[in-house]
Amino acid sequence: MEAVDKKKAAAFWGLFALIFALVPAAGNDYYLTIANRILVWGMFAVAFNMLFGVTGMLSFGQALFSGLGGYGVGMTVKYLGKAWFLPGLGLGVIAAALVAYLLGYLIIRAGGVFFTILTLAFGQLAWQITFRWYNVTGGDDGIQGLVPPGILSNRVVYYYFCLVLVLGSIWFLRRLADSPQGLVLRCVRQNPSRVRFLGRRVRRNQRRVYLISSVFAALAGGLMAGIDSSIHTNMLNWTTSGQVILMSVLGGIHQFFGPFIGAGVIMIIEDVVGARTEYWSLIIGLVMMTMVLAFPRGLVGEFALLKARLKWRALERAERS
Amino acid sequence: MDISFLIVQFISGLTMATLLFLVASGLTLIFGVGGVFNFAHGSFYMLGAYLAYTFVAGTHLNFWVAVLAAAVGAGILGMLAESLFLRRIYGRAEEEGFQILLTYSFILIIDDLVKLVWGTEYKSLSRPAGFGGSLIWGDITLPTYNLAIIGVGLLVVVGAWLVLSRTRPGRIARATALDRETMGMLGVNVPLTMTVVFGIATALGGLTGALAAPLRSVTPGAGIEVIIDALIVVVLGGMGNFWGAWLAALLLGEVNAVAVATVPEWASLFSYLVMVVTLIFKPEGLFAPRQVRKV
Amino acid sequence: MEPILRLENVSKAFGGLKVTDGVSFSVMPAEISAIIGPNGAGKTTLFNQITGALRPDSGRIVFQGQDITGLDTQEIVALGMGRAFQITSIFPEETVLNNVRVACLSREGLTRQPLKGVGSFKSSTEKAMSVLESLGLAGQAARPAFELAHGDQKLLDIGVALALNPKMLLLDEPTAGMSPDERALTRELVVKLWREFNLTMIFIEHDMDTVFGIAQKVRVLQQGRLLAEGTPDEIRANPQVVTAYLGEEL
Repeated sequence: MEAVDKKKAAAFWGLFALIFALVPAAGNDYYLTIANRILVWGMFAVAFNMLFGVTGMLSFGQALFSGLGGYGVGMTVKYLGKAWFLPGLGLGVIAAALVAYLLGYLIIRAGGVFFTILTLAFGQLAWQITFRWYNVTGGDDGIQGLVPPGILSNRVVYYYFCLVLVLGSIWFLRRLADSPQGLVLRCVRQNPSRVRFLGRRVRRNQRRVYLISSVFAALAGGLMAGIDSSIHTNMLNWTTSGQVILMSVLGGIHQFFGPFIGAGVIMIIEDVVGARTEYWSLIIGLVMMTMVLAFPRGLVGEFALLKARLKWRALERAERS
Repeated sequence: MDISFLIVQFISGLTMATLLFLVASGLTLIFGVGGVFNFAHGSFYMLGAYLAYTFVAGTHLNFWVAVLAAAVGAGILGMLAESLFLRRIYGRAEEEGFQILLTYSFILIIDDLVKLVWGTEYKSLSRPAGFGGSLIWGDITLPTYNLAIIGVGLLVVVGAWLVLSRTRPGRIARATALDRETMGMLGVNVPLTMTVVFGIATALGGLTGALAAPLRSVTPGAGIEVIIDALIVVVLGGMGNFWGAWLAALLLGEVNAVAVATVPEWASLFSYLVMVVTLIFKPEGLFAPRQVRKV
Repeated sequence: MEPILRLENVSKAFGGLKVTDGVSFSVMPAEISAIIGPNGAGKTTLFNQITGALRPDSGRIVFQGQDITGLDTQEIVALGMGRAFQITSIFPEETVLNNVRVACLSREGLTRQPLKGVGSFKSSTEKAMSVLESLGLAGQAARPAFELAHGDQKLLDIGVALALNPKMLLLDEPTAGMSPDERALTRELVVKLWREFNLTMIFIEHDMDTVFGIAQKVRVLQQGRLLAEGTPDEIRANPQVVTAYLGEEL
């Protein structure tokens, strides 16, 4: 049983890597960018879902961390030069870890809806500061011309660079989800007071996953800066936090890869519809409403349920005949 | 800095505090009574502002009648939203998260519906007849419309207190806050109560938006700015705590007035600053009773 | 012999209401005892204080010679205190095995492991399976916990506590909501677990067959006070207890 699972998993990862590795072969810059975005947003969403779907902490402020990642790259390149792209990426991630560590102590004391409110408030605080501190951050103009140095300036190379980092990150998060630590996080969502009676500290585990999730959010933000060759204060706005929530809910919050699929679908809808409508928020609002009311398990979750039901019916029929 | 300057600033802060309290009271009412977190509360504020604009500019209603009509309109829309959508997720596992997600979808949808109906350009509403000027008393200049807002705020506070503590529906509403299920067994029509309370809450939001319209321009997307301010008030005051919200609004209003007068460029950060300081020193909220509940 | 658990004058009030009022008693190691009393007597509240879920307003709780008053739940649990709940408290979406396994992993200090799969910790899995065997739940190990019958969920709740290898186990109404037949089975099982795991056990119970059938000692709470304490025979013969509580039931 376990050996079959392992083979299945290996096949899945192989196929996953292969599909994305083949995209540059199409030789189309436009598709390359979309694929790259799906990868990076997908990782962002999977990491976010470690907080929400797994641990039950709905953060409405993960844009704070993707923004820190983006501005880590943007500010170092702006002030120290192009060669500092990669150290800037690292710096953004470290800054995010520090902020998440400190913020964790401030806001995880409050549970449930308070956590959501406080993450939103701190996210908007960071956005306001970036927006108003024009002299340093470039305010609403953002920062342009963030081309990675050396061979990374080649779009295809940069794509593979992102692919490796994203695959590594998702692999780590998958391991985490299946590990004892992941099990405890799921238990924290399902029954926090019982977790205390296992001798575990609920808040400490919540702070830990908040930190982990935020670090990967920052990595996503940093990589995004390289894809767009620019950063903008919108990266820090609450709408970015909302976007990553939507991706997770669309794909399915109780499925590990749900958020990744959700990210892919949103990116494609945005590409097809986004350019033609000024009513983007109406569209995503309706998508969100439909999912919450009718398909709370998300695309992947509902699909899995359907599959299980069909299988069950087939079994029943086989038994009868 | 002389005394008259301080008085002017104080009244300006009080105006802001009144608006903050009015919008936050709706939010805290539906959370305290119905256990519903309405993330889209700010959107009903915005709808109130647009409705008031339409009633005044379109149908030439008297300003105060228009404000009332806008509040009623926002209340009706709120009741529709509750009975058509929110009601479907009550009692679902992890309901709290889904409430936030569903009301978040309201924000997105209402934002664009407002654009579709009223367009994207700024709308402005002038102050009502008789409240365009200022009360001048030596060096002190107080806009009469601001004083009127403070008056309306006081009326709402007293009225809400009377309704909640002296009337049967008010007591039912407060009891429902304790336990939806038990009240249902006692014969109270819980779904109806929820819808009505949600309507009152969104009407309060709409009322605030309509009242604030002559002071701030009416724009799409205003919902999110308002909700964040209201949320800070509610976090500081303690969710579901009416009087806590009032004191927190007063604090934020006055801090904001000082900030606008001294460092206008950064004034919008001061609410956050108050919140951060509070969280560090008194994480359970400024006015929440200390609770020793760990389970 | 030293008592394993000692309560000294423990008191707790909510608002003006005294829910625990100067309760003192000692529990000897390997004892199995019951706490009885009418609804609202403060039985569960007392458990909450012993396990650190609530902090007593005054008084002292000593467990294995150590003062545990005011310690956090997770610290008290780490010292060997286990608890199962009146309203079943399990992890509903996890499998039956994982419910118990997470407790085993926690006891072995492995819950911070971020990279290895849950299944690769063999000793935890074996221990979890052996606990499930003792409870007769091993056959359902792979099912999600929410699918179990009510009685089995109660057993699983006890299993989660047992997996931590507690020295003392507090059970809050183990037979509540069960049919008479199920009760008899549970009663036998509780005694079996008490012996098998070398436990000191205190249970809260309303079912008098269970109380007088298996407890070596019975303590009666009324309005937050300890009304009486003694062997089942002594309690049955205590006129105060009979008038206050047992009256119509015996």
